[in-house]
Amino acid sequence: MKAFKNALKEIGRYPSAIVGLVIILGLVSVALYAVVTIPYNEAVRLWRGGAGVWGDYPKNAAPAWFNWFSDQQKPETIILDTTDGTATKVSQALGTNIDTIMTFTFDYTADTFPDELTLHFTSLYIEKQPHISMKWITPDGRELRMSQLSVRHTDTYRFALDERLARRMDGLPVNQGLFAQPDTDPPQVLKGTYTLEVSALKFEPDSVVDAKLVVFGTVHGLAGTDHVRRDLMVAILYGAPVALAFGLLAALGTNVLTMIIAATSTWFGGVVDDVIQRITEVNLVLPFLPILIMIGTLYSRAIWTILGAVIALSIFSTSIKTYRAIFLQVKEAPYIEAARSYGASNFRIIFRYLIPRIVPVLIPGLVLGIPSYVFLEASLAVLGLGDPVLPTWGKVINDAYAQGALFNQHYYWILLPAVLLMITGLAFSMVGFALDRIFNPRLRGV
Amino acid sequence: MTEVAQSPTTGPTPSSIQRSARISGFKRLARYTGIKFITLLFTIVIGVYLTIIIANMGGEVDNIRRGAIRENVALQVSMDTELRRLPQAERTQVIEERVRVEEQRLGMDRPFILRSFTFLLDAMTLSLGRAQQMTSDSGSSQVRLIILERLPHTLVLFSTANLLIFFSGVFIALFLSRRYGSWFDRAVIALAPTSAAPGWFYGIFLILIFAAVLQVLPFGGAVSAPVPDTTIGYLLSLLQHMILPVSAIMMATLMITIYSWRTFFLIFSSEDYVDMAKAKGLSSNQIEQRYILRPTLPNIITNFALLIITLWTGQIILETVFNWPGLGRLYYRAIGAFDSPVIVGNTVIYAYLLGMTVFLLDFLYALVDPRVKVGGAEGPKV
Repeated sequence: MKAFKNALKEIGRYPSAIVGLVIILGLVSVALYAVVTIPYNEAVRLWRGGAGVWGDYPKNAAPAWFNWFSDQQKPETIILDTTDGTATKVSQALGTNIDTIMTFTFDYTADTFPDELTLHFTSLYIEKQPHISMKWITPDGRELRMSQLSVRHTDTYRFALDERLARRMDGLPVNQGLFAQPDTDPPQVLKGTYTLEVSALKFEPDSVVDAKLVVFGTVHGLAGTDHVRRDLMVAILYGAPVALAFGLLAALGTNVLTMIIAATSTWFGGVVDDVIQRITEVNLVLPFLPILIMIGTLYSRAIWTILGAVIALSIFSTSIKTYRAIFLQVKEAPYIEAARSYGASNFRIIFRYLIPRIVPVLIPGLVLGIPSYVFLEASLAVLGLGDPVLPTWGKVINDAYAQGALFNQHYYWILLPAVLLMITGLAFSMVGFALDRIFNPRLRGV
Repeated sequence: MTEVAQSPTTGPTPSSIQRSARISGFKRLARYTGIKFITLLFTIVIGVYLTIIIANMGGEVDNIRRGAIRENVALQVSMDTELRRLPQAERTQVIEERVRVEEQRLGMDRPFILRSFTFLLDAMTLSLGRAQQMTSDSGSSQVRLIILERLPHTLVLFSTANLLIFFSGVFIALFLSRRYGSWFDRAVIALAPTSAAPGWFYGIFLILIFAAVLQVLPFGGAVSAPVPDTTIGYLLSLLQHMILPVSAIMMATLMITIYSWRTFFLIFSSEDYVDMAKAKGLSSNQIEQRYILRPTLPNIITNFALLIITLWTGQIILETVFNWPGLGRLYYRAIGAFDSPVIVGNTVIYAYLLGMTVFLLDFLYALVDPRVKVGGAEGPKV
């Protein structure tokens, strides 16, 4: 115990280790926050739920904070809905019919055009579909009429697909034409208050119409979105606990098991020792990743299966030789002889007398091992063998790569998870290097 | 290298003794290499056998072989002018019958434990069956041909990167051990933790900087899109495409390599015989080459062998990231296409490649470690 206290004190002498520890603490708190606020099932739903979860997010949008570093302000998504009061709805009788006028008013202040516009209708009727006509009013008072349509119970009107509207855009795409100042080339955004007036003519007294206008922006949230409009923040947040848990469990599992094997090997010596040594030599030359790939392809990609396979393949690692060298010394110590003379069992000697002695040697190796397992998980995901349901950093990189994110200049998509992986790896590795020097004093001189 | 290695035994001895020493040294070298060869062959056999066991737990190897048999039989029947004229139902019957006979002939009805040894023999002799969907560029669906077509690309990238790492590693580490404690030395120590990230990871950043933003180097691939028709043009294009992947591998490994090799050099340069050599007034070049580099080299090679094993693993993903048309990229495509014969075949090839690299390094070790030739301590435990 005293050794640990001293070690903690000594860590203070390595600035890089302190930085590493602070980062690790930060990561752990992010991970805890993620697990507490987004339970496992919720994370899976947010990542795989379908268009219902992320339909109102823009496609391939950069993080919103990109605006701070740019003189061109990009628009965020604007959502106006008659059901939650962000848009107004007034009804008046028109003979036997009812005319409902829904007004969507918003200020547009961004310097670039929005991505696309859609209007979602939900309506209640028995036989006759409500009839819709729409009018777009720009800040300088121009009015644009759109095609008229009848809506079903749920219906979506996409501005870009309205041919009548497209003809009046002077050759610009609809999303630009609606917001452009007239007669500017290249088109400039006209800032100000826009209004969309939707008039729904209902032919039944109990008929109800509601509408939701979505003006898709080109920036979104803290992490942006991907090609299917998913909010990357889910993966960024949830990637932390997955990466930490995988790295920690794999490093702990392999190192502890390796140590137990090394202790058994040294204690029994003879044939046991020989066999374990030969297994280690064979295991070293086994194609580690190819075997993992095979397991991932032919059996299961679940992260816990892969974790098990990783541990099973790495317990006979070269560190057995290091541990063995130390155990050979410890084995000859008088207190072991004392234990043997009072009749302690082999099991007791291995677990109570041999292993506790070399725990200090174990710790640096354990911490240094974590980054390699964190990256291993990401590597498998990059190969397309990520966990099928969980959002992880590696899977985001894999998606981004498959969609040519670098080629299409969606840098944020790769940079965020990559930087987080880097930070995680570096933090553990910096602490590990410092611990290595503290617990292995022979390194301190060089 | 051999002459230098002989130096401990040379001296004022009669030439006959010297010759017999050389012969026995050669014998020891051959014996050592032979033992290593057998050990590694044995290791590869175990690796391949394990691959087969894992692969066949879902009956996958059986399926590969059944598929191959069925395809062969169907082809034979369709080529046979008499059988081709038979009505559909009868023809199917003939095919089924022949498939049954063929499966029996190949012993598919025997228990798996017996068959696994047949598979092992097949895999060791590289008869890897047919791919389910993928084909080689020349159009063959033989897994062996698909793999052999990719192999040169992998080897070119891998050997270039590793030769560069080895030589620049030795050179810089030696340089640093001379300037122990300088700012350059401390910078390398501080940067050593960056090697925690694998090569593909730095590859992403390199692509981002040099291909996407600066647009000076290609995103990936091995040669530019219309393949240059002159050999020199081809080589230049290859070289241009290799810059980023090779730098990525170097970024991921060089710092930790220099750090640990520099430690070896420091340990060996504090030996008494180095002080003795200094006292004799030898030049620092002579001291470095004869008294520091020589005894450290076996350690460095052992360390390098371990490094290379992890690099082989990293290569798979690096090639995926750089779109490099080698074995790693083949893995990625095979996973995407769910083509299990290719995946199993590739694993077998990887087992061979790993074994061969380690054998090569063991051989080098035997050349530079005088203990192998004059007896005494054993070689490295790799």
